[in-house]
Amino acid sequence: MSTAVKTQKLTMVQAITDAMATMMREHDDILVLGEDVGKNGGVFRATDGLEAEFGEKRVIDTPLAESGIIGTSIGLAMNGFRPIAEMQFLGFIYPAFNQIMTHASRIRSRTLGTFTVPMVIRAPFGAGVRAPEIHSDSVEALFTHMPGIKVVIPSNAYDAKGLLIASIEDPDPVLFLEPMRCYRSHKLEVPEEKYTVEIGKGARLQEGDDITLIAWGAMVDVIKKAAKEIEEEEGIHCDVLDLRTLYPMDRDLIAESVQKTGRAVIVHEAPGTGGVGNDVVSLINDTSFLYMRAPIKRVTGHDTPVPMCAIEDDYLPNADRVKQAIIETVRF
Amino acid sequence: METQFPMKQILNEDGIVVNSEYESQMTEELTKELYVMMLRARMFDRKSVNLQRQGRIGTYVPFEGQEAAQVGSSLVLEEGDWMFPTYRDHGATLTYGHSARNLFLYWKGYPMGCVPPEGKNIFPPAVPIASQLLHATGAAWAEQMKGTDRGSIVYFGDGATSEGDFHEGLNFASVYNAPVVFFNQNNGFAISVPTEKQMKSKTIAQKAVAYDIPGVRLDGNDIFVVYFETKKAMDRARRGEGPTLIEAVTYRYGAHTTADDPSKYRDQEESKRRRETTDPLLRLERYLQNKGYFEESWKAQVEEEITKEIEKAVEDMEAYGPAEPSDMFTHVFETPTWSVQDQYDAFKARVKEEV
Ligand SMILES: Cc1ncc(C[n+]2csc(CCOP(=O)(O)OP(=O)(O)O)c2C)c(N)n1
Repeated sequence: MSTAVKTQKLTMVQAITDAMATMMREHDDILVLGEDVGKNGGVFRATDGLEAEFGEKRVIDTPLAESGIIGTSIGLAMNGFRPIAEMQFLGFIYPAFNQIMTHASRIRSRTLGTFTVPMVIRAPFGAGVRAPEIHSDSVEALFTHMPGIKVVIPSNAYDAKGLLIASIEDPDPVLFLEPMRCYRSHKLEVPEEKYTVEIGKGARLQEGDDITLIAWGAMVDVIKKAAKEIEEEEGIHCDVLDLRTLYPMDRDLIAESVQKTGRAVIVHEAPGTGGVGNDVVSLINDTSFLYMRAPIKRVTGHDTPVPMCAIEDDYLPNADRVKQAIIETVRF
Repeated sequence: METQFPMKQILNEDGIVVNSEYESQMTEELTKELYVMMLRARMFDRKSVNLQRQGRIGTYVPFEGQEAAQVGSSLVLEEGDWMFPTYRDHGATLTYGHSARNLFLYWKGYPMGCVPPEGKNIFPPAVPIASQLLHATGAAWAEQMKGTDRGSIVYFGDGATSEGDFHEGLNFASVYNAPVVFFNQNNGFAISVPTEKQMKSKTIAQKAVAYDIPGVRLDGNDIFVVYFETKKAMDRARRGEGPTLIEAVTYRYGAHTTADDPSKYRDQEESKRRRETTDPLLRLERYLQNKGYFEESWKAQVEEEITKEIEKAVEDMEAYGPAEPSDMFTHVFETPTWSVQDQYDAFKARVKEEV
C-alpha cells in the first residue's frame, strides 16, 4: 500500500449501498428498482439515500410484483439500461423464478448474442436473524442449476462492495445474494473509490495443512470459529475458504487446497440434498480424487423447510457440528 | 371509474346512519356483538404489540384501525366456510374462532402457531403476497363440486393486487364461478409505497370489471357496511352465483410491522389525526351512544372479560413450554424419507450428547 487509499469503516449493508452509489455516479444508465427501495431506502436500508441523491427516475419504488420487476428489468437491460433489481427477500423471488429461468438466463444464447441482459438481482437471504416464516430460505442451488446466470455471495463488507461493482459491470445477469446475518455483524475498512473483486474467485482466509473448510455467506463466520476452536482444542490446522462466487466456482483454489490437505468439510445452511455442497464434492472428485485421504463431509441445513424462528438454531449448522465433522474426517 | 364504484357507507364518521337499506337488521344485539368483537380484536392487537416490546414474542404485524374490515367480514362466515388470511388478519381469524394462544405462539416463532382449532378451516397466514387468492379459489371450487353451500373468504392488501396471483385468482374464480369472496383491505400503503404508486386505477373494486364479477367499494371503517355487504356477497356465492371482489377502504395507524419505522414515509401527525375520523371503534361507540345502547359500566364489564381471556391466552402461550425442534422433521412428509430420517436421527444423537 504505497499510495494511500482513502477508506471508511462500513458494515456490509453500507458497503452495498456504497457500491451502488459509486457506480450510479459514474453511469447514468444504472437504475435501482424494487419494493420500498425509494423513500424507505429498502427494508434493510440497503438503498438508503439513493433516491435522495439520484431521484425517483433512477431509484424506483415499483408495484409489488416480483415477476413484474424482473420481467421489466429484462426489457430495460436489453434496451440500454443496467438495472439493479432488489428482491425484498430471497424467499419472495419465487414469483419471478419463471422470468429468470425462462428469459434472463438464456436470452444471450437464444439470440446468439444479439440481445443480452446485463442486470443484477440483489436479494437478502438466510436464517439466523429471527425473521418470520419464509423470509429465511437459502435457495442458492436453484440458481446455480440455472444455466446462464452467475451467483455471487459476499460474506463481508470489503468483498461486498468489490463483488457488487464487478456484478454491475458484468455483461450477463448476476444474482447477488446478501446474507442477512452478515449485514451488520461487523465493520471493515472499505475503500471509498471504485474497485472490484473478481467474480469466480474465492478467498483463502486462513492457511492450514490438515483439512480444508469450505463455505460461503453467513457460514463463513461459522467455519472461521470452528477452525479457531479446533486448533486450540485439538491442534488441527484448517485451510479456510470463502467461495464468494458459487457459479462459476473457483475450481483452482479448491483443488489447490484439498491437494495440500487431503481432506475437506463443506458447510452450507441450505438443505443437503441438491445443495451446492454436492457440486463442490464433484469438483474435488474431478480434480483431486487421488489426493484425498478421507471421504469429504458436508454439514448442511436439513431437508426440511427452514423452520419458524423459535427452532431455527436447531436447523442451522453451527461451529460444534463443524468441529465434529472435522474430527471425524481427520480421524477417518 | 371512481364514480361507477362509489364508496358505500351506512354509518358516517359521527356515528349517524346515512343509508337505511339494512336498518331493520341493525338490532341492538348485533350492534353490541360487532362492538365487542372489534374491541376484542383491538385489545388482542395492543397486547401483542406490548408483548413484542417486552421481548415476549418476536416481530409482530399490527392491524389497529382495520378492526371493522376484519371483524365485520369474518362474522358472516358459517361453520365449514374457509378462511385464507394474511399475516395481518388476526382480527379476522380470532373472530372466526382461531385460538388466541396459537396466534401468540405464531409470533413467538412456534410452528404450533399455524394450527387452527379442530374443525376450523383457517389456513396459516399467507406470508408471500397474493399467493392465497388461488388457494381460496381452489377450496371454494371444491365446495362447489361437492355440492355444498360453503365458500371461501380471502384477505389481501392493496399491494397484493399488483401480483400476478391476484389476477389469476380472480380469473379462475370467475371462469369456474367459484363461491369465493375476495376481501381487500386497502389501507393505503404496501409497507412504504402509497396506493398511487402501486396502481393508476383509482379504486380496487373496478378491477372486477375485467373478470366480469361484481366489484364493491366500501368504507372499511364502517362495520355495518362491511358486515352487510360481505354477507350479501357470501350469500350470493352460496346460491351459486359466483365470486365478488370487495374493496374495504381503511387505515392502519401503526407501523407495517414492529420492525418498521413509518416516520420514514408517512406523516405521523396525520396518522394521529385520522383517529378522529376513521377509528371504527369510536364510530360504532358514537352510534351506540346515539341509540342509547351504550353504558360505561357495560363497556367496563366487557373489557374486563376480554382482558381475562387475553391474559389467559398469554399465560397458556408462556406455559406452552419450549418449541419442539422435532416438529421440523416429523411433519415434512407423512412418512419421512431416508434423508429426513437420517438427519433426524443425527439430530437426536447430537441433542442427547449435549445433555
Ligand atoms: C411475494 C412477496 N413479496 C414481498 C413481500 C414482502 N412484503 C411483506 S408485506 C409487503 C407489503 C404488502 O402490502 P399490502 O399487500 O398492501 O398489505 P398490507 O401489509 O398493507 O396489509 C411486502 C412487500 C412478501 N411478503 N411477499
